[in-house]
Amino acid sequence: MPTKILAGTPVDTDDEGYLVNRSQWNKDVAAALAAEEGITLTDGHWRVLDFIDADFKERSVVPGMRRLNKVGNIPTKDLYALFPDGPIKKAARISGYPKPVSCV
Amino acid sequence: MKTLLILGAGTAGTIMASTLRNKLPKGEWTIALVDRAPDHYYQPGYLFMPFGIYTENDVRRPMTRTVPRGIDYREADVDRVDAAANRVFLPDGTEIPYDVLIIATGVHPAPEQVEGMVNGDWRKNVHEFYTFEGAKALTERLKSWQGGRLVVHICEMPIKCPVAPLEFTFLADAWLQEKGLREKTEIVYVTPMSGAFTKPVASGILTRLLDEKRISVVHDFAIARVDAEKKAIVSWDEKEVPYDLLVTVPPNMGAEMIDRSGLGDELNYVPTDKHTLQCKAHANIFVIGDATDCPTSKAGSVAHFEAEVLTENILHFIAGQPLRSRFDGHANCFIESGHGKAFLLDFNYDQEPVTGTFPLPALGPMRLLAESRLNHLGKMAFRWVYWNILLPGWPIPLVGHKMSLRGKNIPPKELKAAA
Repeated sequence: MPTKILAGTPVDTDDEGYLVNRSQWNKDVAAALAAEEGITLTDGHWRVLDFIDADFKERSVVPGMRRLNKVGNIPTKDLYALFPDGPIKKAARISGYPKPVSCV
Repeated sequence: MKTLLILGAGTAGTIMASTLRNKLPKGEWTIALVDRAPDHYYQPGYLFMPFGIYTENDVRRPMTRTVPRGIDYREADVDRVDAAANRVFLPDGTEIPYDVLIIATGVHPAPEQVEGMVNGDWRKNVHEFYTFEGAKALTERLKSWQGGRLVVHICEMPIKCPVAPLEFTFLADAWLQEKGLREKTEIVYVTPMSGAFTKPVASGILTRLLDEKRISVVHDFAIARVDAEKKAIVSWDEKEVPYDLLVTVPPNMGAEMIDRSGLGDELNYVPTDKHTLQCKAHANIFVIGDATDCPTSKAGSVAHFEAEVLTENILHFIAGQPLRSRFDGHANCFIESGHGKAFLLDFNYDQEPVTGTFPLPALGPMRLLAESRLNHLGKMAFRWVYWNILLPGWPIPLVGHKMSLRGKNIPPKELKAAA
């Protein structure tokens, strides 16, 4: 299991760079994870990250696109503008949550 | 008299009606079944219609022949479930009170969820094969196919029978060869997933097969709209895939009745305990088949395995006992690969599809995750099994609801993890 230093904090990740232990996450770690994706976090990004955080705490799964649209009130177009090439995967990683499982 | 009410007379609802009618005393329990369709469809057969392998009559039977005896059957739509009052309302205002409710209303393709999909080109150059009408229209379209760019496409996951789009692609490849049109046809497979299938071992094998058959794959494609004028599908990040014929799998939504009843999630799937199949919100409501949000395939085999578990759990529930039977996510899927051959997958919540033999270790006779003629014959024989064994609620010999690890070649790393 790789360990790396992000924003001065050692964090454990899986092979794809998702945090294994969310207690190692904080807002600076999020910014560092975002930087790895070439993203500078703005209020728009935080609206998405905060929704994923709240929803994960409620349901223990990373919300899918439709849930972000319908429950989070965040249109797909905005998500692609904020997190290009795979918004859910990127936003999940920056939020410190596991890679979303695509259903069978 | 008490009432057990089943909504939906598809695969799951019909099996439940059959098995419970044999288990619940007739003098104590009425079993009511409601469905809006006059006919029952063998849905796995839709895949074969466009290639002339099955006709309309192979896949359709009137409900009068599939609804079991001793069932109070009504052909009607459902307006909503009032779960607090233990009642179901029909659109004409009829109320059906229930003691136990089983929701088996399935999923349906919802092309209107994608901008521009239902437009002037719908059922002309933009098709789906997950409905009887869709399979019929596509059959007609293929009759006049002269070559060009055939795009097989999945809008988003989850979908019913997630291997069907691959099967369609393989069957199209074989059919085009027979018609002498393969050299004139470019086949493109477009998926929102990162590979051909969700599970790594199967995905690797199926990707190689696509490659061998000269089918190009566009992965991680999240559709934003269909541009009918350009004849292209366009992704949210503005990638375009042009088509002459688009065969798409639209988003799969649960019944609108679920939404009207306030029982569903954002896709109108009912949040369900994945082991007991009890509705999370109401103890006397149970959910089976495609209507659940369980993280396994939406497939007839799953509905069949779930039915064994649910029958036991409903008997436990009625007797006031804990729900002891547990569903493991078992799915068993044939994948037609063309030219009279097929693959077989057997998996559950925890075990991804791997190679091996089925149902018996070493003896098989069927081979898992490998192409064989016997697998294909198994798939073809299944239509008879469906009408004559599955729907009447008889068990299938050697294949139980609990997935067996015997005969499976499980990578040592995973076995260790499982232990």
